[in-house]
Amino acid sequence: MSLKEEVEILRQIPLFAKIEPSKIKLLAFTSERLTFQPDDLVCEQGDNGDAAYFIMAGEADVIVDTPSGPLTVATLGKNDVVGEIAILIDVPRTATIKAKTELTTLKITKDVFFRMVTEFPEMAVEMMRVLAERLVRTTDDLQKAKEMIHKDN
Amino acid sequence: MEHNIYKYILRYSKKQQIILTIMSILSFPALYYYLELPKLIINQAIQANDISFPVEYVGVEFDQTAFLYLMVGLFLLMVIVNQAFKYVINVYQGITGERMLRRLRYELYCRILRFPMPTFKKKSQGEIIPMITSEVEPLGGFIGEAFALPIFQGGYLLVIVSFLIIQNWIMAVAAIALYPLQAYFIPKLQKKVNLLGKSRVKLVRVLSDQLGESVSGVEEVHAHDASSTMRAHFSNQLDKIYTVRYRIYLLKFVIKFLNNFIQQLGPFFFYGIGGTMVINGTLEVGTLVAAIGAHKEMAAPWKELLAYYQRREDARIKYEQVIEQFEPAGMRDADNQLIEPEEIPHLQGELVASNIELSDDTGSKILEGLNTRFKLNERIAVIGPAGSGREALTHVLARLIDPDRGRLMAGEVNMLTAPEAIVGRKISYVGQHGYVFNSTLGENLFFGLKHRPLHEKSYSDDAAEERNAYIKNAELTGNSIDDIDADWNDYALAGVPDEEGLKARALEVLEMVDLSDDVYRLGLRSTIDPQEAPESAELVLAARRRFFEKIENDPSLKNMIEAFEQDKYNTNASVAENLLFGTPVGDEFDLDRMAENNYVQKIIEEADLTETFLRMGYQVATLMIELFADLPPDHEFFQLYGFISSDDLPEYQAMISRIDSERLDNLREEDRIRFMSLPFKVIPSRHRLGVLTDDIEEKIVAARHRFAEELPPHLKDSVAFFDADAYNAATNLQDNILFGKIAFGFAQAAEKIGAVLAEVVEEMSLRSTIIEVGLNFTVGTAGARLNATQRQKLCIARAIIKNPDVLILNQATSGFDTATQTRLMKNILEEFKGRCLIWSLDHAEKTANFDYVLIMRGGRIVEQGSPQKLKESSAPYKELLAAS
Repeated sequence: MSLKEEVEILRQIPLFAKIEPSKIKLLAFTSERLTFQPDDLVCEQGDNGDAAYFIMAGEADVIVDTPSGPLTVATLGKNDVVGEIAILIDVPRTATIKAKTELTTLKITKDVFFRMVTEFPEMAVEMMRVLAERLVRTTDDLQKAKEMIHKDN
Repeated sequence: MEHNIYKYILRYSKKQQIILTIMSILSFPALYYYLELPKLIINQAIQANDISFPVEYVGVEFDQTAFLYLMVGLFLLMVIVNQAFKYVINVYQGITGERMLRRLRYELYCRILRFPMPTFKKKSQGEIIPMITSEVEPLGGFIGEAFALPIFQGGYLLVIVSFLIIQNWIMAVAAIALYPLQAYFIPKLQKKVNLLGKSRVKLVRVLSDQLGESVSGVEEVHAHDASSTMRAHFSNQLDKIYTVRYRIYLLKFVIKFLNNFIQQLGPFFFYGIGGTMVINGTLEVGTLVAAIGAHKEMAAPWKELLAYYQRREDARIKYEQVIEQFEPAGMRDADNQLIEPEEIPHLQGELVASNIELSDDTGSKILEGLNTRFKLNERIAVIGPAGSGREALTHVLARLIDPDRGRLMAGEVNMLTAPEAIVGRKISYVGQHGYVFNSTLGENLFFGLKHRPLHEKSYSDDAAEERNAYIKNAELTGNSIDDIDADWNDYALAGVPDEEGLKARALEVLEMVDLSDDVYRLGLRSTIDPQEAPESAELVLAARRRFFEKIENDPSLKNMIEAFEQDKYNTNASVAENLLFGTPVGDEFDLDRMAENNYVQKIIEEADLTETFLRMGYQVATLMIELFADLPPDHEFFQLYGFISSDDLPEYQAMISRIDSERLDNLREEDRIRFMSLPFKVIPSRHRLGVLTDDIEEKIVAARHRFAEELPPHLKDSVAFFDADAYNAATNLQDNILFGKIAFGFAQAAEKIGAVLAEVVEEMSLRSTIIEVGLNFTVGTAGARLNATQRQKLCIARAIIKNPDVLILNQATSGFDTATQTRLMKNILEEFKGRCLIWSLDHAEKTANFDYVLIMRGGRIVEQGSPQKLKESSAPYKELLAAS
């Protein structure tokens, strides 16, 4: 895959939709394209995070360690971003990401990511939107879980 | 050492000085005739005064012309004889001086090795180094001429003066009339210059000390923004030197002025008085000419004598100044280091220290009447609060510092008088920061085994002669005649039979101090010479084959490494690497500067790639400008990803706007090079620029073949080509086994490939071979290429491998993390079971596994016993336990 194709793919990601092409090109050029084999770990819960990954092809499972064993909480696919929480706030990785199929990602390091976010407020807003959506989903899930516990009791 | 330079000279070079003096005296007759002849030539041969031709000379008759030629011929002969004397005397002087200088330097160096340790607190490297290197340098020149020069030049002067007196005493007196004046004033002025010179030497020493400190302490300077004070201090010192120099110049040139003036007064008198006498007819013209000639001749020796006087004073001061620095109080006898006892006793029984006292340089007591007694087959911990004298005790026990008073016996051996041959072989010491020398890891590890050249190297023919000459010169100058190329390793001391045994033991000890993984990794990154170690090279090739078998059989790994294949373009290597297809040796084919190489240009041209490369260069440059143009120049991206440095970017920007992309065939030479240089750096799978098409890759592979085939003979050694079946001597072991590029863009590729490599190494038992290669790793100045932990571990390994009866560790592991400390302590305690280990520790709780504990306080041992016993009954022990 050449740089040009990567730029095309990145532009389809909502987060980058409003950023000028030359900046996306720089982002693509300075970022490493990483391919994971099925079952490879992209990152592990508890590790220190220094990069986020944009999925360009393939699928990945988000797995959380629970007292009763690992639990797959979501499956991510093309155009999704993973691992951004650990670089936004300095906490260890909150989940393990495991390649479900062969997974092609663009690895964006903390430095590059912050540079882009500070330089392009649009990107920050977009980032907020993504996180907010996720929060809604999580709250929803929590609500359901609570109801289930209530019923069981 | 002699305090007077003349005594020193006479003591070691009396014979040479006598020979030089005799040679000087022998040269005088020829000198006299050399002065006499011009007079004879003018008066007799030319003007035919007081002589009637033909004359008979040794039975042969000469007419006037023949007589002239005879005289002129004799004159020429005298010139040759004189110069020959000068040549021989000068060379002999040079040799004499140089030998004495060698002796002096060697003696001073030996003294440094015997300095008592506290001396180094007061004297810095910056002071000591220039004394032995540059300050004594002029002494060599002076020593050669110390006696010969005044005798030769003084005699020469006398010859000329007596010649003048014989010719005409009035003129002679006139010529030397002002010499007494000169001889009176010049030394007075000179003395002032010398005093200034002395202070200049001291100032320069301080300067070099400051320089040394700035280099060593550069971290602090940056960390505290102290560069301005440093500059101010330096400037201050330079000013002091300047002031002294300035005053020296003033005086020096006054002396020069006086000398020249008085010298020029001579002709004034000659022309005046001599001219009057010639006019009056009381003097012949020839005599006047000869006298003027003689006076001119006089200038040189007189100048030499005065200069000699200056040099003599200078040398005397320098010598005294240097010598006094090399006689610190408490220096050990030379014999202490040189004696080789018939038998090195085994230190056993009990160690008894009684009434040991030690003060520091301010006079305050560090050890106050210390008494102790313990068995030499026990592992002893020394604990106590800071300032209790723990460190000093280890220093005294290791014999690094001499106590002021007291007795120290190890079994039957009196440790305070025992030579270093016993102490340094039977006792090992490691402090908090051991020193690593600038040689290989192995040399450092075996440093403690190199006491004497034990297995002489045999030489034949020329080499034997060279060795003999070396010994002769060393003996003449009192230097060491030990052969540095001999095998110095004391295998018996290490408890091994031979070199192989020592290597095996080295692996054990490295494992013990937790260093073998590091050495293994260094070994992987080291090279071997396949000619010297053909078996190792063969093993590496076998490992390469095995490695690729494994990779082939695992589909998930297959894409993670791209092997170097003769007929295939390697997309994970740069264009430069693909073209060269080998490892550059030397600078000829520097991968970063391939575009400038004529041969590379020729190959590119022949492959019809020049225009393609220029176009690629243009594309790359355009893209780089698009991406990087508005980044600040110091942005790290330039360093990490840039094909073009931030400095060069504006240049390229100008080029792109100036040059039409359709007219790339018609470029200025420097623009061409600039564009050409860019594509060489492109790595297709890393940069994903899409500028390399399959067609171009094919052409580059073809050019690669041509590059190797047409390589002219003089460039053959500049590149080691990749060959799947041959060991590549120019690259390291790891690259030789991998023989390819780890692919970009695969997660954890390096780790996964590394794991396969480790498997191969394990299966083929290559680990010890690689560690042995790692022992050849050059550690750099003070071990700078190792990290602090590795250096310290190496020092501990060095102390263990010589198999000492007593190992003394002075908080030697306190810089390590806790896990490493615990592991190392366990290993060392295990190794020294039944031997003596004395370990000064900062935490009492670590003493649990020792046999015996000494508790220190206030320079004394307050309690001692087994840790179990102390735990029950000792208050100080409990206190220390609670504190830690």
